[in-house]
Amino acid sequence: MTILFFLFAAIILASAVMVVSARNLIHAALWLVSTLFGVAALYALLDAGFMAVVQVVIYIGAIAILFIFAVMLTRRELRDKGPALNANWWLSALISVLVFGGLLFLLSAWSGFSKASAGLPSGFDAVGALGEALVSPQAFVLPFEVASVLLVAAMIGAVYVALKQK
Amino acid sequence: MNFWTDPIRTASDWLMGLFTGWGMNEGLAGILIQLLGIVILVTIMLVIDILLVWIERKVVARFQDRLGPNRLGPFGLVQPFADIIKLFIKENITPTGVDKVVYNLAPVLSVFSVLILWAIIPLAPVIYGVDLNVGLLYLVAAGAIGTLSIIMAGWSSNNKFALVGALRQVAAMISYEIPMVVTLLIPAILAGTMGMMGIIRAQQGLWYVILSPLGALLFLISAVAELGRTPFDLSEGESEIVAGFHIEYSGMKFGWFYAGELLHAFTFGGFWGILFFGGYHFFGLENLGPLVAAAIVLFKALLGYWVIMWIKYTLLRVRIDHMLSFNWKFLVPLSLVVLMVTALLNTLLRDASAGFYALSMFLANVLIAWAVVEILRARGRAERAQSQAAAPTAVEVAHH
Repeated sequence: MTILFFLFAAIILASAVMVVSARNLIHAALWLVSTLFGVAALYALLDAGFMAVVQVVIYIGAIAILFIFAVMLTRRELRDKGPALNANWWLSALISVLVFGGLLFLLSAWSGFSKASAGLPSGFDAVGALGEALVSPQAFVLPFEVASVLLVAAMIGAVYVALKQK
Repeated sequence: MNFWTDPIRTASDWLMGLFTGWGMNEGLAGILIQLLGIVILVTIMLVIDILLVWIERKVVARFQDRLGPNRLGPFGLVQPFADIIKLFIKENITPTGVDKVVYNLAPVLSVFSVLILWAIIPLAPVIYGVDLNVGLLYLVAAGAIGTLSIIMAGWSSNNKFALVGALRQVAAMISYEIPMVVTLLIPAILAGTMGMMGIIRAQQGLWYVILSPLGALLFLISAVAELGRTPFDLSEGESEIVAGFHIEYSGMKFGWFYAGELLHAFTFGGFWGILFFGGYHFFGLENLGPLVAAAIVLFKALLGYWVIMWIKYTLLRVRIDHMLSFNWKFLVPLSLVVLMVTALLNTLLRDASAGFYALSMFLANVLIAWAVVEILRARGRAERAQSQAAAPTAVEVAHH
């Protein structure tokens, strides 16, 4: 389990570095797909099958494909020119190291830091529990409905923008 | 424990005994056995894939009033193996200007996206890869990887025809994913689970094609579009973009796309059988043993594959604007209506008797179908009247 975690973590980090450093924008998008796939694998390791599959459906199936479409349809030149770093590179490196160190320090004080996940009890219906939580007034029905209204509004807006005036 | 009642467990127990007898660690042996199972399943699927080439060629020949391959072996059965050898020894041409890694990765992902589907297909109550509780979503996720492989092939080929073909195909796949997801929810509502085993078990008495004939039909239509087969094979077009996204592929790299397409059609035939035609249930015949049950599933998959071929070799290719408006103005609203009616009836009739429940579900589907036909007829009449009213004026203009 731990070996798999480190393997996928390494894949995620390496791909994420490639996303920001690849010169070719389509390559960057494909590295992003690899990153997102690694995240889906981490969800699967945590027994969150629903999250893993939704990660693939939404992020790879919809968002990454949309990225690729947008890049292809809007840019004439798919290759970025010019220097990849500017004078402040050491500052951002310092900030990321500090943030990583700070998070590591905070988490290492937590009692569950080095424990493996206990796993779900057998026969536990995680998807059913999630579905009930999403529509239960005691849990997440309000955020769920707000998100639905937001998406409907976005869809109507997109239709309105795309509609040809006759 | 008998091989004929539980073949997978018997085989894995035997292997476990063998490996641990060699002094192997139990955890390592477990992983090895799982890997072996995956390799065996994938190999069986790929051998079936080779035979699918023969089936496809035979069936298309019959539809076109020909004989098909009949020279090599009995009924031409050796022909597909000759085809495979030919594909293997053909020169692999990599055109200049292609993006090498992406170009070579695309056919692999294309087959991969189909093969991973067989992980969740239960062949029998005791023969299945894994019983995911999100099986239906897994089906959609595998489709997303297939979409990705097509766009990768189209872009990396460095060919305008390939790119146009890929963009067309991806546009179709993304839009037909919506009615497909909506119709996939119908078995989920009826069975109360998204897992394949649960859906099959719930169809013990009654297949879902009777409870939701429209759902089965809509799933078939969106599956054909997802496969990119005629009438929705816009990624091809001999007179405009030649072979579409795989125009620059030759030899076995093209072979992988072709194999992936055939196996994808067969797999969707299998899902059609599992979701709407009872999976391994066949009037109690599945109780004879798991191997009989597996044969039933494969038979249903072949039947579904045959229906998909029947559609392919009967209809003509549609234009892309017709295809997209057919999806957005017809399939999406219809599938949403069917889903809402099914969900509503399922909740209202929860306590009703099984016969009344089935009858009202079926009648609701018939009513929806009748209303759709009436609406379409009225629209068709209105458009015909409009074009007939417009036609004389055009003639008059021409005369003046």
